[in-house]
Amino acid sequence: MALKKFVVGCFDEEKVLFPAVDKVRHAGYKIHDIYTPFPVHGLDKAMGLRDTSLHTAGFIYGLTGTTTAVTFMSWVFTKDWPMNIGGKPHFALPAWIPITFELTVLMAAVGMVLTFCYICQLAPFIKKHHFHARATDDLFVMVIECTDKTDESALSAYLESVGAKEINTQVAEDGWWIGRYDREQKLYNEPTIA
Amino acid sequence: MSLIKYESQVREPLVDGHKTYHDVTEDICHTIEAKPTRLWYIGFYISVALLMFGVFSVYREVTYGIGQWNLGRTIGWGWDITNFVWWVGIGHAGTLISAILLLFRQRWRTGVNRAAEAMTIFAVICAGQFPIFHMGRVWMAFFTLPYPNTRGPLWPNFNSPLMWDVFAISTYFTVSLLFWYAGLLPDMATIRDRAKTKFRKMMYGVAAFGWTGSTKHWQRHESLSLVLAGLSTPLVLSVHTIVSFDFATSIIPGWHTTIFPPYFVAGAIFSGFAMVQTLMLVMRKVMGLEQYITLSHIEVMNKVIVLTGSIVGCAYLTELFMAWYSMVPYEQDHFFKYRIAGPYGWSYWLMMTCNVISPQLFWFKKLRRNITFTFVMSIVVNIGMWFERFVIIVTSIYRDYLPSSWSLYYRPSIWEIGFYLGTFGLFFTCFFLFAKYFPVIAIAEIKHVLKTSGESYKGEMTGIERMTDEQLYADAHHHDDHHHAADVKVAHN
Repeated sequence: MALKKFVVGCFDEEKVLFPAVDKVRHAGYKIHDIYTPFPVHGLDKAMGLRDTSLHTAGFIYGLTGTTTAVTFMSWVFTKDWPMNIGGKPHFALPAWIPITFELTVLMAAVGMVLTFCYICQLAPFIKKHHFHARATDDLFVMVIECTDKTDESALSAYLESVGAKEINTQVAEDGWWIGRYDREQKLYNEPTIA
Repeated sequence: MSLIKYESQVREPLVDGHKTYHDVTEDICHTIEAKPTRLWYIGFYISVALLMFGVFSVYREVTYGIGQWNLGRTIGWGWDITNFVWWVGIGHAGTLISAILLLFRQRWRTGVNRAAEAMTIFAVICAGQFPIFHMGRVWMAFFTLPYPNTRGPLWPNFNSPLMWDVFAISTYFTVSLLFWYAGLLPDMATIRDRAKTKFRKMMYGVAAFGWTGSTKHWQRHESLSLVLAGLSTPLVLSVHTIVSFDFATSIIPGWHTTIFPPYFVAGAIFSGFAMVQTLMLVMRKVMGLEQYITLSHIEVMNKVIVLTGSIVGCAYLTELFMAWYSMVPYEQDHFFKYRIAGPYGWSYWLMMTCNVISPQLFWFKKLRRNITFTFVMSIVVNIGMWFERFVIIVTSIYRDYLPSSWSLYYRPSIWEIGFYLGTFGLFFTCFFLFAKYFPVIAIAEIKHVLKTSGESYKGEMTGIERMTDEQLYADAHHHDDHHHAADVKVAHN
C-alpha cells in the first residue's frame, strides 16, 4: 500500500458525466475510478472496464454444491450405512433432488457473496479512502491518478472544461486498511461543494 | 444501448414529487437520524412484551414437555405446524418482490423490496421456531444435521420430507439474508457518510464493509444481485413445495394430493402480499413515505392478491372435485363429512370467505386504490390463510380411519397460543428495530429509477413520445456514434 496523488473531479449530472468520461479518456488520462451513489448503467462500458466474471464463479460454486450433495448422499446410503426404508432402493436419486437443489443454491449464493466481498475487498472494519462524502449521496466522483508526467493544473483545468463542479487534488492511500470511521477521518464535513 | 429508451407516460410514476438524488437520501435517512417517536416506543414495547410472553410459553414447553400443548392422538400437528407453514408462507412475498420481480424487470419493486425482504427474514426466523420446539427435546435439534457423530456415524434420512425441510428452510434463510445484506451495503455507506455522531459513524462504518461506490464494485454488485435473484426464484418455489411435501408425501386423506406444491406456493404469495400490505400501509403513513410507496404500488400488489387468491380458490375446488371423483370413501368422507361439515366446518367456511370470496372485491379499481379497504382486506387474507393451514392440518387428522381413533375437539392450550403470540412479538420487535435503524427503502435503487420513473422526469418523455419511428431510430443511432454520449435517458437503459 502506498500513498498516491489523485486529481478528483465531481459531477452532478449523468448528462455531463458521460461525455466527460469519453473526453478524459480520449485526452489520454487514465481514470482511476468513478464513485457513484447508484449503479449508472453503461458507465462501466464507457470507462472501458471489462465485464465481470462473478457469475461464472457462481456457476462453479453451484456445481460444487450439486456434486457434494449427490456424492455424499449416495455414499451414505449405498456404502457407509445402507438403510432399508420400506424396501426402496438404496440409490434413491429422485428423493435426493430437493436436498441436491438446496445445496446447489446454498453453495452458489454463499460462494458468490464471499467472492464478491473478496474481490471488492469488503469486510467489517475495513476502511478505505473516500474522495468525497457525497459520492454515496448525489455526486459522481471521477478520480484520476497522477503519474510523474501528469501536469496537475492542466488536468484540473481540463476537468473543469468538461464540466466538473468541484476539483481538488488529494494524496491518498489507494488500498484498504483496518480502521474505524469515527477516528482518522471527518467524513461529512470535510470536502464539500455547494 | 437500445431503442427502448423511454418510459411511457401512461405508466404512473414510481416516485411522486419533484425529487433530486439528494432529496431521496434525505427522505429515507431522516427517520434513522431522528429520535424515535412516541408511537415507535409504544409499538416496540408491546412487541417486546409479547415476545417475553412467548419466551415464557416456550420455557413451559421445554421444561415440562410437549404435554403443555393440547396435542395428542390423533392430532400430532396442531397450532405449531399451522403457524410454521403460515409464517414461511408470509416470507415468500419478500423474495417474490426482490427476486422474481427483478428478473421480470418490474421497476415498482424498488419502493417495497427492502422492507419486504426484511419481512421475509423475520418471518422465516419465526417459522423456524415451531418445528424446532415441536421436537420436544429441543437440545437434540442438532441431530437433524448430517455431521460425523459417535453413533455409527448415523446419518439423517435424506429421503424424508422433514429432512428436506431442514435444508430448504435453512438455505432459504441464509440466501435471503445474503441477498438482503448485499443490497444494504451501499445504503449503509450512504448513512455512514452522512453520520454526524462518532458512534453512528462507527456503527454504520462497520456495517457498510467499507463500501465506496466504485464503478467496478457496482458492476459486480449488479451481477451478484442478478444471479442471487436467479437463484432465489427457484429457491422460493422449492421451499414451499417442500413444505407441501411434508403433507403430500404422506398417505393421509386430505394431505395425499399432487396439487399441493403449486397450491401452497400460490397461497404463500397470497398471504405474503397481504402481510406486505399490512406493514407497508402503516409504514408509509408513520414514516411519511407516501411519495415512494404510492397508490399505484398498492394497486399492483392488490392485483397480485386477487390473482393468487383466485388460484388458491381454484385449488380448493379442485380438491373437493378430486375427492368426489376418486371414489375413495375415506377421501370423500374427509372432505365432505369432516372438512366442509362436521365440528370444524366453521373453520373451512371462514377460510373460504376470507381467501376466495372477499379478495374478489379487488376486481374493482376503486377498492384496489382504497387504502382503508386494502388494510382491512390484508388482515382478512392473513386470517384466512392461517385458517387454510389449520383446515389442512387439523381437519385431515382429527378423525382417523376407525371411529375408535377419533379425537376429541382440539383446542390450543394457553402455552400454544402464547408461543404463537410470542412469534408476533419476535417479528415486530425485529421489524421495529429494522424500521428505526435501517434504510427501509433501497436508496440506491430508487435513485437508479428516479430519472426514468420519477414524476418530475416523466415530463421529459413527451418529446420522445411524439417522435416517429424513423426519428427515434435515427436518434438512437446518433447516440451510438458518440459512444454513450450525452443523453441521460440512454444512460439509464
